[in-house]
Amino acid sequence: MLTILENKKILLEKFSNANIIINNQYIEIQVQQNEIFNVIKKLKDDSKLHYDQLIDLTAIDYPSREKRFDIIYILLSMTLNKRILVKSSIDENYKIQSITSIHKASDWYERECYDLFGIEFLNHPDLRRIMTDYNFEGHPLRKDFPLTGHTEVRYDDLEKKVVYEPVKLTQEYRNFDYMSPWEGLDNKLIGDEKPKEEKNK
Amino acid sequence: MKEVEINSTTLNFGPQHPAAHGVLRLVVELDGEVVERAEPHIGLLHRGTEKLIEYKTYLQAVPYFDRLDYVSPMCQEHAFALSTEKLLNIKVPLRAQYIRVIFAEITRILNHLLNVPAYAADIGAVTPFLWCFEQREKLLEFHEAVSGARFHAAYFRPGGVHQDMPEGMENNLYKHINTLPSFLDDLETLLTNNRILRQRSVDIGIITKQEAIEWGCTGPVLRSAGVAWDLRRNQPYDAYDKVNFEIPIGKKGDCFDRYLIRIEEMRESIKIINQCLEKIKPGDISVNDNKITPPKRNTMKKSMESLIHHFKLFTEGYRVPAGETYCAVEAPKGEFGVFLVSDGTSKPYRCKIRAPGFAHLQTLDHLSKGHLMADIAAILGSLDIVFGEVDR
Repeated sequence: MLTILENKKILLEKFSNANIIINNQYIEIQVQQNEIFNVIKKLKDDSKLHYDQLIDLTAIDYPSREKRFDIIYILLSMTLNKRILVKSSIDENYKIQSITSIHKASDWYERECYDLFGIEFLNHPDLRRIMTDYNFEGHPLRKDFPLTGHTEVRYDDLEKKVVYEPVKLTQEYRNFDYMSPWEGLDNKLIGDEKPKEEKNK
Repeated sequence: MKEVEINSTTLNFGPQHPAAHGVLRLVVELDGEVVERAEPHIGLLHRGTEKLIEYKTYLQAVPYFDRLDYVSPMCQEHAFALSTEKLLNIKVPLRAQYIRVIFAEITRILNHLLNVPAYAADIGAVTPFLWCFEQREKLLEFHEAVSGARFHAAYFRPGGVHQDMPEGMENNLYKHINTLPSFLDDLETLLTNNRILRQRSVDIGIITKQEAIEWGCTGPVLRSAGVAWDLRRNQPYDAYDKVNFEIPIGKKGDCFDRYLIRIEEMRESIKIINQCLEKIKPGDISVNDNKITPPKRNTMKKSMESLIHHFKLFTEGYRVPAGETYCAVEAPKGEFGVFLVSDGTSKPYRCKIRAPGFAHLQTLDHLSKGHLMADIAAILGSLDIVFGEVDR
C-alpha cells in the first residue's frame, strides 16, 4: 500500500498547478473554482489514482471573505485505501459545474448544497430543494440565517389548515460570548470604569 | 392523429405509511403494477442538526448524534468523538477504546436486530419482530447500565467515555452475549429458508459492484455487491486493529444477500465483543486532562481548581484548535462520517454529517425500476433507511 507521502508525490505530478497539503490522515487538494470538474474527473479516471467514490460534498460559509464559500468534495479510493478532499473557494454567485456526469451520487448532495447554502450547480438534472419545506425561503446553513428561522407553523382551527407565521419568540435565543469574560458588559458595573480607561491609554 | 393510451398511474406513497420506515414520501409512477419511476421526497424530519451544532459547544453537540440514526446511537457519537479528538490531538486510553468497541458492536447488533425483523415484517412475517425486540430489550439494559439511558446515551464523549462500566458488568455481558448465537440460529430457522422470504427477496433490488461504488453506497449494501470493504478493517480506529473478525460479502447484491450479511455481521460482532472482554484491563476511561474531561465529583468538593475546571467545562466548554478534519466510522448502516471545522472557539464552525442512508435512499429509484409496487417495501427495508439520519 502507498504511504501518504508517495501518494502526494503522484498527485503532484498529475496536478502541477494545484496546492496539495497533508491534513491529518488524508490529502487535501486546493483548486481554482473553474477547475473543480476537471480535477475530479481526472482523480476518478486516472488508473494510478482511481478515486471512484464520492463520499460527501459540502460547503462552508465564510461571510467575511471575498470568496464567500469553500466547497469540499470528499472522495475515496478503495483500491488505494485513501481519502482525498478537493477544496475550492468560490464566489457567492459563481455557478459550479455539476459533477453528476462523473459521480451519480452527487445528485442529492448537490441538491442539498443548493438548498442549504444557495450554491447553484450548472447542468444538474434536477436542482430542487431537498431538505427544507416545500416553498421554503432562504438558505439555512448560511451564517446570516438566524438559528430560529423566519417562519413558524401551526394548525389553524378556523381555516382548517396549517398556517405559516413569522417567528415570535417569548425569549431571545441566548448566545453567550465566551471569548473574553469582560467584553459584552460595556462597562455597566459601577466602579469598574478604571481598567478600561487604562487599557485605552 | 393516432390516439395513444397511456396506462400510467401516479401513486403517492407515504409520508404516513408503515412500510415507509418513518416519514418517506414516495411519488411512484406505475404502469399497471410495474414501477416506472420512484421519486423519494425527503426532508420531512429535517431538524437542522448541523445548524444547531454550530451554536452548541462540543460537549453539547454529542446528544444530537444519538438522535440522528436513533437505532444505532453510539456509533454516531463515535464518529464525532473521533473527529473532535483528532482536532484536539489527544489519544484516548486503551480501556476507553475497548469499551467503545464493545458498545459500538452492541449497537450494531441492536441495529440489525431491528432491521432484520422490520424487513421481515415488510414482506409478511410478524413473529421475528416479537422475538428480536425481546433480545433488544435485554441488550438495551447494558446501554442503560453504562450510561443511564436506553437509547440517547451520550456516552462516547470527546476524550473517552462518560463513565466506567459498573462492577460485574463484564461478566454479565459475557454471559449474555454468548446466549445470542443460539438465538440467531432460532431466528434463521424462521427466516433464512422461509419460502415467502426467499420469493420476496431473492433477485429483488440487485445492485452491481460498479453501481454500488458510483452511488456512494457503503456498509452492508456495498458488501452485498461483493466488495470486501469495511472501515473497521480497512481504516481501523480505536481498538479495531486488535481484534479479529471476518467481513461477510454477498454474491448478487440483492435483498436476500443484504439480509444474510446482517445476520452474519451480528455473529461477527459477538466475536469482537468476546475478544474485547478478554483483552480489556482496568485503567482510565478518559484522558487525564481536566481541560477536556470533567474532574471527579469527590475532588470537586475539596479542590478549588477542580471546581473551576468543572464550571468552565460546562459553561464555556473547551476550545478546540483551529483546523479541519474528516473522520468516519463503520456504522451499522454504512460509513458515517463527520467533517468538522473549528475556528479555535469552543463551538464548531461547521459540522457536516455524512449519513449512509442519504446515499442509499438515492439509489431507490434505480433499484426499484421494473419491479412490482410491492417490491418497493422490500427494497426499502433491505436498504435499512432511518429518517433521523437521512434528513438530519
